[in-house]
Amino acid sequence: MSVLAYEGTALLGRQLRRMRNNPGLLILTQTMPISMLLFFGYVFGSALAMPGGEYRSFLVPGLLVATAANGIMTGMFQAAQDVHRGVTDRFRTLPISRAAVPLGQALADVVVTAVGTVPFLLVGYAVGWRIEGGALEAVGAVGLLMLFRFATTWVGIFLGLLTRSEEAAGQLGGATFMLPLLSNAYIPTDGLPGWLRTVAEWNPISAVTTALRDLFGNAPVPEGAAWPVAHPVAGSLVWCAVLIAVFLPLAVRRYAHGKR
Amino acid sequence: MRAVRGLDLAVARGTVCGVLGPNGAGKTTAVRLLTTLLRPDAGSARIAGHDLVREPAAVRRSIGVTGQYASVDGDLTGRENLRLFARLHRVRGPADRAGELLDRFGLAEAADRPASTYSGGMRRRLDLAASLVRRPEVLFLDEPTTGLDPASRTLVWDAVRELTTHGTTVLLTTQYLEEADQLADDIALVDRGRVAHTGSPAQFKALIGAYVEVVVADPDVLVKAAGVLDQLTGAEPTFDHERGAVGAVTRDATLTLPRLVRELDAAGVPLLDASLRPPTLDEVFLQLTADFEERVA
Repeated sequence: MSVLAYEGTALLGRQLRRMRNNPGLLILTQTMPISMLLFFGYVFGSALAMPGGEYRSFLVPGLLVATAANGIMTGMFQAAQDVHRGVTDRFRTLPISRAAVPLGQALADVVVTAVGTVPFLLVGYAVGWRIEGGALEAVGAVGLLMLFRFATTWVGIFLGLLTRSEEAAGQLGGATFMLPLLSNAYIPTDGLPGWLRTVAEWNPISAVTTALRDLFGNAPVPEGAAWPVAHPVAGSLVWCAVLIAVFLPLAVRRYAHGKR
Repeated sequence: MRAVRGLDLAVARGTVCGVLGPNGAGKTTAVRLLTTLLRPDAGSARIAGHDLVREPAAVRRSIGVTGQYASVDGDLTGRENLRLFARLHRVRGPADRAGELLDRFGLAEAADRPASTYSGGMRRRLDLAASLVRRPEVLFLDEPTTGLDPASRTLVWDAVRELTTHGTTVLLTTQYLEEADQLADDIALVDRGRVAHTGSPAQFKALIGAYVEVVVADPDVLVKAAGVLDQLTGAEPTFDHERGAVGAVTRDATLTLPRLVRELDAAGVPLLDASLRPPTLDEVFLQLTADFEERVA
């Protein structure tokens, strides 16, 4: 375990340096949610039944979770890039744990996401979002958000190792942008037709978003929702556990075996 | 489709084995198998005493790999790359080791630039340096100098020679007979995934001899020139009608250029050009596979 911790840390450092030296993807993924907050918050917010200020408070947790779901895109892109450039094969010839490289990537991704959350929340504060619940609950909300990012990154790493191509990763990554559209991240789900509402509420993004709104005290848990949304914290933890339990072993296995 | 089948090789400790073969012969697949990147469907191998299939982790502790497909991280600087690899290999003082290697491979000036900005030669030198952060027992070099400038090639060759004096075993794949000749103690010629021939560079040269080629001005005398070559070498001449040239492989050490010219002159063949040179890999290859098929037939 200490071996994995040592190697994972060294490779986490590698990912952070990599992002510092080549900040394009980093800048894009960090500024995107801020511009979406301003765009959705003022343009869509003016057309919704909810008062604008209230909608922006509703939107901040939604965008935090939608951004965390982009771990699929980032994870996939970086893993595919490493395979494509031969970096993965170089690491695979080293006498290190088979889990160290993907673990380092996943941890670095969580660190970067955590840092990126700060400017986003400052802009959120400027447009009227507040922590309206307890401090402990707010810490729990951030913890849950990071756990969700850790889970989505593993999905991305697995898909990146599977597709092995930066282009395919870019295209599939674009599709992950659609995922929050079918959730309660941007809109309340109670207005959706029955079957669509069920689909949206079983989207993991919905459970985590509801949990964040609840823990930050921004909006109450909606009545009559599907189980993961009706019990948002438990629902989020179960979703994260399932995603990690499925995709972490798949990604490590894929990494260890290389192409077949 | 099998890229490698019936590839038998034994390399003694502290020696260089040159695996020589044309593109698509299965050289890279062989290296990928031997460095644990691919799992073999069948067969076995021991690397530095460790079983390839049952003890891949022990194999990885003993090897270094430099190939066109296994690359350093272009987003990191040269120094960052070497420090990372030194740390992962548990080298004491990773920063010092990185500095040492950067100096040795002429990369000190570019050390703090991202590796993606390096030229092909610099990149290959960094790749080799990354395989040497800890002296490996067995070093795999997959076409280490393909596309390199002469200065970089010399640096790579010197590094390989120095390693073997410290007991490292090297398996080198190459398309260049010259490179195998310069570095290898033994050469294995591979074709279609199997070893077609093994021997020392001297045995190879004695075996394949030299390539004689003459160029004539008049196409009508080409056949006459070919007859003389046939008589002198005993090998089937090959024609290049466009250039008016005919050539053949010879293993006769007494066949010198003056003798060749005298014989052709005596036969009444007016020459534009005549040459006697070491054969290219393709020519060696054709010759040896022809011999092989002859023996089988």
